[in-house]
Amino acid sequence: MDYILSLITFIPLAGVLLLLVMPRNDTMQRYVALGVSLVAFIASISLICTFQTNANYQFVENIQWIKAGSFQMNYHIGIDGISLWLVILTTFMMPIAILSTFTAVEEKVKEYMICLLLLEVGMLGAFVSLDLFLFYIFWELMLIPMYFIIGIWGGKNRIYAAVKFFIFTMVGSLLMLIAIMYVYFKAGAGDFDITRFFNIGLDPATQTWLFLAFALAFAIKVPMFPFHTWLPDAHTEAPTAGSVILAAVLLKMGTYGFVRFAMPLFPDATAKFTPLIATLAVIGIIYAALVAMVQEDVKKLVAYSSVAHLGFVMLGVFALNQQGIAGGMLQMLNHGISTGALFLIVGFIYERRHTRLISDFGGLSKQMPIFATVFMIVTLSSIGLPGTNGFVGEFLILIGAFESELRWWTVIASSGVILSAVYMLWMFQRVMFGELSNPKNQVLKDLNAREIVIMAPLIFLIFFMGVYPTPFIDKMNPAIEKLITQTKQKQVAHLAGPNQAPTAPAIVPAVPDMSGHPVLPSGNTAGDQK
Amino acid sequence: MFDNVWLIPLFPLLGFLINGLFGKKIKNETVIGGIGAFAVFCSFVVSVMTFLKLTGQPADARSIDVVIFTWIKSGNFVADAAFLIDPLSCIMLLVVTGVGFLIHIYSIGYMHGEEGFYRFFAYLNLFMFSMLLLVMGSNLLIMFIGWEGVGLCSYLLIGYYFHKKSAGDAGKKAFVMNRVGDFGFLLGLFTLYWYLGSQHGIWTIQFTELAKHAELLPVGGVVTLITLCFFVGATGKSAQIPLYTWLPDAMEGPTPVSALIHAATMVTAGVYMIGRMNFIFIKAPETMMVIAVIGGCTALFAATIGTAQNDIKRVLAYSTVSQLGYMFLAMGVGAFAAGIFHLMTHAFFKACLFLGSGAVIHSMHHALHKIHSHDDAQDMRNMGGLKSKMPLTYLTFLVATIAIAGIPGFAGFFSKDEILWQAFANPLHGNLNYLLWLFGAVAAGLTAFYMFRLVFMTFWGEFRINPKAKEHLHESPMVIVFPLIVLAFLSAVGGYIGLPKVIGELFGGIPNYFEHWLAPVFAFSEEYVKAGSHATAHHSAVLEWGLMGVSVAIAVFGIGVAFTMYVKNTELPARFTSTFPALHRAVFNKWYVDELYDFIFVNPCKAFGNFLWKGFDVLIVDGCVNGVASVVKGWSGAFRYTETGYVHNYAFVMAASTIAILGYYIFR
Repeated sequence: MDYILSLITFIPLAGVLLLLVMPRNDTMQRYVALGVSLVAFIASISLICTFQTNANYQFVENIQWIKAGSFQMNYHIGIDGISLWLVILTTFMMPIAILSTFTAVEEKVKEYMICLLLLEVGMLGAFVSLDLFLFYIFWELMLIPMYFIIGIWGGKNRIYAAVKFFIFTMVGSLLMLIAIMYVYFKAGAGDFDITRFFNIGLDPATQTWLFLAFALAFAIKVPMFPFHTWLPDAHTEAPTAGSVILAAVLLKMGTYGFVRFAMPLFPDATAKFTPLIATLAVIGIIYAALVAMVQEDVKKLVAYSSVAHLGFVMLGVFALNQQGIAGGMLQMLNHGISTGALFLIVGFIYERRHTRLISDFGGLSKQMPIFATVFMIVTLSSIGLPGTNGFVGEFLILIGAFESELRWWTVIASSGVILSAVYMLWMFQRVMFGELSNPKNQVLKDLNAREIVIMAPLIFLIFFMGVYPTPFIDKMNPAIEKLITQTKQKQVAHLAGPNQAPTAPAIVPAVPDMSGHPVLPSGNTAGDQK
Repeated sequence: MFDNVWLIPLFPLLGFLINGLFGKKIKNETVIGGIGAFAVFCSFVVSVMTFLKLTGQPADARSIDVVIFTWIKSGNFVADAAFLIDPLSCIMLLVVTGVGFLIHIYSIGYMHGEEGFYRFFAYLNLFMFSMLLLVMGSNLLIMFIGWEGVGLCSYLLIGYYFHKKSAGDAGKKAFVMNRVGDFGFLLGLFTLYWYLGSQHGIWTIQFTELAKHAELLPVGGVVTLITLCFFVGATGKSAQIPLYTWLPDAMEGPTPVSALIHAATMVTAGVYMIGRMNFIFIKAPETMMVIAVIGGCTALFAATIGTAQNDIKRVLAYSTVSQLGYMFLAMGVGAFAAGIFHLMTHAFFKACLFLGSGAVIHSMHHALHKIHSHDDAQDMRNMGGLKSKMPLTYLTFLVATIAIAGIPGFAGFFSKDEILWQAFANPLHGNLNYLLWLFGAVAAGLTAFYMFRLVFMTFWGEFRINPKAKEHLHESPMVIVFPLIVLAFLSAVGGYIGLPKVIGELFGGIPNYFEHWLAPVFAFSEEYVKAGSHATAHHSAVLEWGLMGVSVAIAVFGIGVAFTMYVKNTELPARFTSTFPALHRAVFNKWYVDELYDFIFVNPCKAFGNFLWKGFDVLIVDGCVNGVASVVKGWSGAFRYTETGYVHNYAFVMAASTIAILGYYIFR
């Protein structure tokens, strides 16, 4: 199967074509979309089975696509341990999202399904691209279906939210495009292969500007404080499936972009901006938690909790060591699962009550025991309780960041574990506990079979990844090691001069030891404590 | 040889899964309760077997790591799912599974007819599972899973009557305060891991490895920081100042929960954790002092509040906080074995007291329910005279009360006296010792007072309950009384395995079996202290006897005061209240600490959150964006004809521009 990656990426596109030619029949089209997304998922499982645990890009396809003069752009795709799991996350979440729309969306079903499947093509394409230009095409491709999903099937304020989403993201992408062009012309004639750009040796000043352009695009997508304000609006207005995909996969584009492009392309700038990014990440963690605490709308609360979670991811990634990045990667998956599940849960009660205001609920546990159990498990996973997936990621991030130079940032970030418990449990209490006083709530039905089927795989993964995360970590480790070496070695090379010391970046240059684990030179850390 | 220890936590986990998944369908209470109790019984049996096997080992080989699988491995960080079997964890295993089993039996009777019967037993088993992980974990992370897991179960069980707002509030408060502690725990873990790793290349969180390298740790400095962080964790879990306020509120949970989680097991986790890492704590003299002082203060402070509460369970709750304070006092003065000893005896008598109070509440509730009265079944002012109606409950309760009051011969006497003596005689804190001892001794007097006040108000004197309800009062069924009897028996005799040296010598040199058994665990600290104290202040046996006499006298005095106020001269309390109204109000309202915390933390946090949301997010960030947008709008009049509103037009323009930019670079 030489073309398995292309196959997976474009199966949804086949689904789109199928839907286009099909006669209009809502039920049928729902099942076709679900079926297509399931096929993509099953196909992607084969990736896990045949993936070799090493640092190389695998399932690579590299075909010349556009050539004009010296300008050349290839259809170059492949995955490593980092993108593998994000591809799986995408194909895994998609059937769940589609299944969740069966009763939620009743207008323009065909168009909705087409949007979702197109979105999947865009996301998968972005994760597998090894050609920077190809990445950009897929990156932009994602934007359009999402814009429609929010703008057409969204809530009351959908136009505002959709435009806000579009403008925020667009501003970032355009700057990134310019930066891509710059890097390309700096590298000289050839294709847009990212590995080619890793070795062009940009001077630190240039790196700064390019990094900023990339970082802005990604930071908006993540979203990092203070570029996060589009997210609560987009989430609140988007239909359930849109929110699920937005939270579970789209936001990961931002963090993935940092890991795959911004950091290895611009190692010096990465080092230089680490304190800034860590600061923003930590502010995001605390800030979003505080804001989440006072939200009156469940969905907005969950949206803000996303901002906090992704703050953790950014902190871990910029710790630039094995634990930090592995934790960050895991947390991306965890966040996809837990927050995706939370949005589904919010969707369930919204479908029943057509409100998301916390004050409209209370005492639901009595009426909906299965729902209560599921909600509780997901809440705990979001809080990062040990035994659930959330803990492993958060813990690795924190311990990784603590080992790096981001120690004080970690101390503050750790207090996020208190705040997350506060806002999530308080929300849970107000929605689920107390008297079942509102008569509208007294007739609510518990989850039906379809809804249980939607939640079951998520619940399973919440526990599985919490108890046995090893297979996930093992597969991503070599790629992470490579990333660290790539980034840090170049920092070392550049920072060799003694004059660099005063402006020295926060990350201590690491010397990989025999086992490939970065070891901090003890002289550098000894004086640091106390 | 110890390969089967994983069975110990497995049984309750299975019980949890069976009851949690199928309990609703099973419906039959005997089956559900039976599964729950049997699971714990199996754990108890395996624990006893493990204990016996461990006694068969030579003393220096009594520390065995049993690795099940690798849980997390990333870079230099490795955490195995592994268990540590040593004398300390064995003691804890026996206490947790033994007392846990009795409480499970009791719950079958107590929870009879409750709507969420299966839910209760599922949670209870989940709690046992978590607690066993906490106790058996061979590294900090497994301990931490248990640590958070018991917090979760505590949350779920406090909020068991979730339709009551107060129950939901109490559960959340418990969880959040515990999380504050967990924050400390995590920071301690990080710092310890990072320090040993970066300074000495030892990247480990495993207890046996840490113990092996304990001498690498410096005295004070970073170790003080590490241990203080861990101690913050302990204050959260074990309800010490300043994080104790959740425990009294936790009484919203059903009484067996209060007995199991909030008296006998979970709340002692902090003490256990310090015991587990004694070799680190001993190297931080400042932390030890903080622990001792906090412990002493909590013991005294909580005891004062206990004297003025009317809710029978709240008295016991403050009593628990106070007794936990004793345990920390012991840890803080380096008397680790004494602290663990008190942990064990406290588990016996406090579980007995809680379960006894549960039997009383159960009976009261039943009687009041029969006459459709809405009087509070937990308010001691509605009780009185129950002695004749519930003789077995009364007797067991009395034994446990005598034990906690520190009357010679009963379990509490031996453990508490050992702590008081060590507080006085330890070589760590110089002159502070006298103050620590004084705090402990006064608290002991208060303990005797409020406990006998409770007994007198509940069981003695006239019936204050509605006369119509009186005839509905009756002794509880055997399934409830049996655990009481066992626990009362243990409260009476459990102390003899840890006889103080002076008493042992009196009877022909009976050794302190308990201390002896734990000696290998605390050996490092013991030697460290010995090496450090140059002037080996040798206290005479006479002094020890004398102090013992003083503490007994204080206890007897406390009982006497209670007798005077609540039996002989019952208008005294009212007169006292009217003479010192402000003092009484302050004590009754728990010194207004909850209100203070609301004022300092809770309300500002909410206000700040609101400010950030409506001030920063909406006004500043969105304001900037909208501002830019309107500026652009102003300029865009000229370009309005390009604004067709069709996305494909925009897409075309975008693509065209891209090509133009590309073209510029290619052909320039």
